Amino acid sequence: MKKDLHSSRKRVITIVFIVIWAAFVVRLFSIQVLNDKYKKSSATISIRQEIIIPSRGTILDRNGVVLVQNQKSYDLMAIPVEIKPFDTLMLCNILGIEPSVLSEMLRQAGSDPYRKVNPLLIEKQMLPERVSMLQEVLFRFPGFTIQERAIRNYPGGMAAHTLGYIGEVDLKKTLEDSYYISGDYIGISGIEKSYEEVLRGSKGVKKLLKDKFNRNQGPYLGGREDVEAISGKDLYLTLDARLQEYGEMLMQNKIGSIVAIEPSTGEILALVTSPTYDPNLLSGRTRAQNYQNLLEDRNKPLMNRALQAQYPPGSTFKIVNALIGQEMGILNPGTKYGCSAGFHMGSLTVGCHNHPSPLNLTQSIQHSCNAYYCWAQRDMLEKSGYPTIKAAYDVWRKHALSLGLGLRFDNDLPYGYKGNIPSSDYYDKLHGKGRWKALTVISISIGQGEVLTTPVQLANLAALVSNRGYYITPHMVRAIGSADSLNKPMMKRHQTSIHPQYFEPVIQGMRDVVLAGTARNAAIEGFAVCGKTGTAQNPHGPNHSLFIAFAPMENPKIAIAVIVENSGYGATWAAPIASLMMEKYLNGEVKRPDVETRMKNCNLMRP
Amino acid sequence: MEKRISRGKGLFYNIDWTMVLLWLALVVAGWLNIYSSGNKEGVSEILDFSHRYGKQLLWIGFAVLLALLVLMVDPKVIPPLSFMIYLLTILLLVAVLVIGKEVNNSKSWFQIGGFALQPSEFAKMAISLALARAMSSLTFDIRSRNSQLLIIGIIGLPMALILMQPDMGSAIVLLSLVVMLYRFGMNQVLVATALFILLLALLSFIVSKIILAIILAFMAGIIIFFLRGKTKEIILVSSVAIIAIGFVFAVDFIYHKGLKPHQKQRIEVYVSNLKGVDKDIRDVGYNFYQSKVAIGSGGFFGKGYLQGTQTKMNFIPEQDTDFIFCTVGEEWGFLGSLVVISLYLLLIIRIINRAELQRSQYSKVYGYAVASIIFFHFMINVGMTIGLAPVIGIPLPFLSYGGSSLWAFTLLLFVFIRQDMHRLEVIG
Ligand SMILES: [Zn+2]
Repeated sequence: MKKDLHSSRKRVITIVFIVIWAAFVVRLFSIQVLNDKYKKSSATISIRQEIIIPSRGTILDRNGVVLVQNQKSYDLMAIPVEIKPFDTLMLCNILGIEPSVLSEMLRQAGSDPYRKVNPLLIEKQMLPERVSMLQEVLFRFPGFTIQERAIRNYPGGMAAHTLGYIGEVDLKKTLEDSYYISGDYIGISGIEKSYEEVLRGSKGVKKLLKDKFNRNQGPYLGGREDVEAISGKDLYLTLDARLQEYGEMLMQNKIGSIVAIEPSTGEILALVTSPTYDPNLLSGRTRAQNYQNLLEDRNKPLMNRALQAQYPPGSTFKIVNALIGQEMGILNPGTKYGCSAGFHMGSLTVGCHNHPSPLNLTQSIQHSCNAYYCWAQRDMLEKSGYPTIKAAYDVWRKHALSLGLGLRFDNDLPYGYKGNIPSSDYYDKLHGKGRWKALTVISISIGQGEVLTTPVQLANLAALVSNRGYYITPHMVRAIGSADSLNKPMMKRHQTSIHPQYFEPVIQGMRDVVLAGTARNAAIEGFAVCGKTGTAQNPHGPNHSLFIAFAPMENPKIAIAVIVENSGYGATWAAPIASLMMEKYLNGEVKRPDVETRMKNCNLMRP
Repeated sequence: MEKRISRGKGLFYNIDWTMVLLWLALVVAGWLNIYSSGNKEGVSEILDFSHRYGKQLLWIGFAVLLALLVLMVDPKVIPPLSFMIYLLTILLLVAVLVIGKEVNNSKSWFQIGGFALQPSEFAKMAISLALARAMSSLTFDIRSRNSQLLIIGIIGLPMALILMQPDMGSAIVLLSLVVMLYRFGMNQVLVATALFILLLALLSFIVSKIILAIILAFMAGIIIFFLRGKTKEIILVSSVAIIAIGFVFAVDFIYHKGLKPHQKQRIEVYVSNLKGVDKDIRDVGYNFYQSKVAIGSGGFFGKGYLQGTQTKMNFIPEQDTDFIFCTVGEEWGFLGSLVVISLYLLLIIRIINRAELQRSQYSKVYGYAVASIIFFHFMINVGMTIGLAPVIGIPLPFLSYGGSSLWAFTLLLFVFIRQDMHRLEVIG
């Protein structure tokens, strides 16, 4: 062990430490006890965060017509603790509310430690004349402020279901997604919901230093921590506003829907569901009441029938079987089956109407022969060389699915039903394994039985036929941000499992339907219209009238499906409406005012 | 070779409970304040690991385990391992430069899963151990050039590596070891000169450089007047005066030409604060000012536990790490602050007193190193929050949030406590 020469330095070190400690004590005493400068500042300077809500994107149609835009609206807010005694009666007179309502609102909020220091909504979306009146005298009501915010406005009052609406975000969403705070608006249905993140943009934050009178003392850190708000992007829909408006007009006082698609792009040109409502009803100050009324309406105007209603496709399904029959080697253009007022096999009878017999493939579509498709269906399941009925059925079903049936499109609408192409397992369960035969399921041949389709699926069927074998997923948003930045992810091309050559006889049959078949009233002067009628049996009342079509026959521009509920035979209502729609789109105007008036004025609603 | 450590006499035989209890008091005070500054919505679950107070509880648990582990180690095995630990730390400091995670433009952290470790925190102990080992060797003489170079090397190498991260705060902390070196014979003149230079640099900001130059020249004149005839001394004093005046102007030059605007502003804020003026409180001086506001608003008795407003509204960044003392000051007032800073003084004085009792030079040197480091952290951190020290981001030992810092300081202290249990033996 070494000799310690410097042990006296321990004292020096200790003294230095104690001196520094003492300096701290003195300093603490001076700023905490003697000086009251910092106590005052603590109450006077603070940072307030101001959230800047960016403006929500505008929604336009394919030609730039505005469908949804922002409109200024004014809410009256109050911070309870900042309210001084005021003339309650005067304020309530301006607002048009009961004084007791206001005082109760303030009393409740004032007793909650959190709510009393935060802005409280007193009256939302005040009428313009009240806002200007209130602005004059607002200085008499300290603690009250007029808050400007944007609400949605729908200039054409159309396409309510497609566009959807926005509303205050619910508590659950604010917990899941930290972007939202209570009071924010969020898309609740339609495009407003499915494109919420594109439309909303992103919030900005401004940090401000405020004194105790809440007066602005300039930006915190010179604004270095501020975040700019980024405006939402505009959306260009695939809809054609003129066509949409026209379709809604034709469908007034009827229940049903119209879906029109541009075959080459899958762009939905019109998506009409009826009855509909004015979307402005769900934006204004009486929104809650309006919503309740719509919800209680027995005709269900809130339901989007174009995507959510599932109908048996009826005779329009014969197109599907004509295609699959060829692909499975059962049918060819020369295949003939006889019809003696229907299909008879054992105890089973499927009726048919009066027409020449026997018919070939093209004629079977033209005359919509039930017997033809019963035979074809039986042969597909029994004679196409598969070891079991089940195996043959599975192949049939696979082809049906490739035609976009029985599945939900992977598109940009937030809802939609799958329809139904029953699986063989379903029949196994229903009848027992191996205990069902072709005849058991024969009703699917004419689109009855368990088969269900939605209007958008039927329109897509017309589109893929007109394309001779492929379709682009039907979608609603054409471009995001600017009219030329196309919404590529939506433009997925699906090739069906049917060979293109098999479409020609079917298309010829559909042409003959309009020329000399069941839907002569669908013809448009100057355009080769192809179509197919259908009647969906409805156990609850008159049958539903269906029609699918496209035009022109070569180089098609529009494919369409029309369903009119409870209107009987397909050719009566659905075919002329589809025809008017196509004429409107192809010609820009309709030259058959008499048909137009008859369709428009017809009332098929239950009284 | 004695084996009495773990046999019969128990884990805590001969342990200095004063140090242990002071450590415990600080750790508990730290957690209470972390809980308060993290608790903005009222009372909530303590063991909520999504919150920092919940995590800190976990870190404290590990720290206690670490302390117990140290108490189980035979103190005789540590001195021979000193250089090994030191080398390992150097390797870690090199590694962090390569594979470390970049946070705020500096590579100081290892990210292992959800868990971050800061090797520079542990470097303090490794350097202390290495210095203790070097300075307890029989051939060591602090006056010899070789020994001096050895010390400079032991401190300088890790310091350079830490500066490369760059982590200015952790590097500056290593300068605190001068206190320990002073105790063991470092040249007094050297220490005095260093302090003189520091004082001069500070004064050159507060007083105008011309006046400062005149004062220096005047003082030199008086000394020379009394030294009449002693040529050698006169030359010495004159040259010191000239160098000092030159230094004042050099500082001014570096300040105006060499520093970036925000660095300049920071110095201005600090210096004007010393003169009693709060500058740039909306900008560069914001933290500096807000921390004084928080502490100052506490008054004599404080606003009460969990009742602070300044420390809860995000007025102060790093509320539970570098600025944890603001919460103490605001909620516990002058009384609470006095208690906390007194706990530090008591702990440090206790360490020094126990260090003096060590028979082994190794333990003695190590004890002083521990005291110096803890005191320096305390001085800079608390000084910063009350406006006496410039803003240097280093944690307050045992109080600040964070696993690395808590474990590093606990290890640092408990290695000494372990050695102190055997102070009558020469263990190094
Ligand atoms: Zn027939």
